[in-house]
Amino acid sequence: MKIVVCIKQVPDTNEVKLDPVTNRLIRDGVPSIINHDDKSAIEKALQIRESLNDGSTVTIVCMGPPQADVALREALAMGADDAYLLSAREFGGSDTCATAIIISTALKRIGYDLVLTGRQAIDGDTAQVGPQIAENLHVPQVSYAEEVEVDGEKREVLVKRQYEDRYHMIKVQLPCLLTALQELAEPRYMHAGGIIDAYNKDITVWGFDDLKDGLNPDDIGLMGSPTRVVTSFGKMAKGAGTVLDLPADDAVKAIIDKLEERHLI
Amino acid sequence: MSRNIESAKDIYVVAEQRDGKVAKVTHELLGEAKLLAADLGEKVVAVVIGANVQDQAQEMLEYGADEVVVVEDERLEEYITEPYTKALVQMIQEFDPNIVLFGATSIGRDLAPRIAARVHTGLTADCTHLDIDMQKYFDFLKATSTADCAAIERKLGMDDKTLKMTRPAFGGNVMATIRCAEHRPQMATVRPGVMKLADKEVGKQGKVTVMKPELDAADFNVEIVEIAKEDKKATDITESKVLVSGGRGIGSKEFYSELQKVADLLGGDISSSRANVDAGWIAKDRQVGQTGKTVRPDLYMACGISGAIQHIAGMEGSEYIIAINKNDSAPIFEVADLGIVGDVKVIIPKLYEALGKYKEEHEI
Repeated sequence: MKIVVCIKQVPDTNEVKLDPVTNRLIRDGVPSIINHDDKSAIEKALQIRESLNDGSTVTIVCMGPPQADVALREALAMGADDAYLLSAREFGGSDTCATAIIISTALKRIGYDLVLTGRQAIDGDTAQVGPQIAENLHVPQVSYAEEVEVDGEKREVLVKRQYEDRYHMIKVQLPCLLTALQELAEPRYMHAGGIIDAYNKDITVWGFDDLKDGLNPDDIGLMGSPTRVVTSFGKMAKGAGTVLDLPADDAVKAIIDKLEERHLI
Repeated sequence: MSRNIESAKDIYVVAEQRDGKVAKVTHELLGEAKLLAADLGEKVVAVVIGANVQDQAQEMLEYGADEVVVVEDERLEEYITEPYTKALVQMIQEFDPNIVLFGATSIGRDLAPRIAARVHTGLTADCTHLDIDMQKYFDFLKATSTADCAAIERKLGMDDKTLKMTRPAFGGNVMATIRCAEHRPQMATVRPGVMKLADKEVGKQGKVTVMKPELDAADFNVEIVEIAKEDKKATDITESKVLVSGGRGIGSKEFYSELQKVADLLGGDISSSRANVDAGWIAKDRQVGQTGKTVRPDLYMACGISGAIQHIAGMEGSEYIIAINKNDSAPIFEVADLGIVGDVKVIIPKLYEALGKYKEEHEI
């Protein structure tokens, strides 16, 4: 079985700040990491490969700038078999719709039985690329996967799909796409041998020309994206608040009024 | 198969229901859509989808819809991605909406991207603010942000009538406004709890259209083998929208149950300063601050917390901060939007009572 995991390299968002003058993200010195949900997806893919033990493989796919190579090396060091970096000027500025078109075009060429993605990336938080890849591949998706069991012989997957107040146990046939919650699996650490292997393995880099047979240039990149960012901005710094020294009943009324005004009740 | 920009009309709200009960976010979306529709001079259309959902149409009208489309098939009782996608794509093709809104729930966030990809249009996730009218958009930006309105005006002009969709990114560190100018429908998922309900108009009338989607057995491409409701999972205070937080000033471990009662009425959870965790009054996973968790709830109510710098570091990003403290020079008041000088042990029980009364009077 060919398991393909789509990952994204993201800035560690706790350290991202906006330049107050230019309203641009300050990315300098902000460490890049594999998105948390995606890393759980890698771990789950490795566990599935190990439990099937039938020659199944784990392939990692990442779209991003050349520096995303580091994320792929890390995935290889965890134990993935091979890795693809989709990187081209033409891909830059893609929204989720255009990104999903590029990645699904690559997946058609790579081949897949089971595709795993993280539920959402911590930079954009959209949770859209996974389902949109599934749509472009015309395969069923099960998102918010909390537990996954694969039956290799029946080519069937049983997924515990999380909702706000319940879960569904869902049975789905391969090929399909699942989006992983972070709870799906606790990622293993890279081990020394794995790290050495990772730097001996080749990462296949595909640019626009490698995918152009399946790609309409009008559907990708900034110009091919249906959505565009009008502006990004920081929240205004807070002014000094009000401090009231009132009898308890009046103070409570002041709190209720504020909660109402702020739509908090 | 992108749709025509000129012909696309009206704001469609895709209603969400579970076990026959309409989700609150649907009511919120109808309230918001009503405001947007007024700026656009178009109608609000609610779309209810499921099995036997026709009787929800009246509720949609009363919460703000002008018309209702009922997409009904007995096989749509439980949410499954593909048949719901197919049915709603058929709805879009038949009715040609200008805007389609979904709740940013675990259903909306699964369904909307798939639909957007199929009709090849843009989708903006998890919006917290929507605008049509440029002046209102600028009023919002000027009141809350560092955005450069003049630059945006040069780009869009004042007559722009596209949907301006504003959402947080990078964990809330940055906000962005996104448009989908050249494709229709303009689609967004909207975060639950941020849009305001419209006043309910009991007995309101409106056109109700029933649509039977064309579905094949093959569309039911996954099988739900079990459905189980879950007890609430262990609380993660970084996910809480409201935190009622106790410090040394609450005086005893037992007072946390008073804070919990207030938190329950506000739909939130309780948290703590470090001192009370060290004293064993509350579990470590509730601790806010440098050695605890960093939280950004919509409301942080600091009760009897003096506001050591380590505590403030963990909560100053909260959207709205209320502090209650006996000491009028407590540092917590420097970051509070509303500070109340007083004894939490007196104010909290009174607040609980007042909130209960408020809820009774206002709950629909």
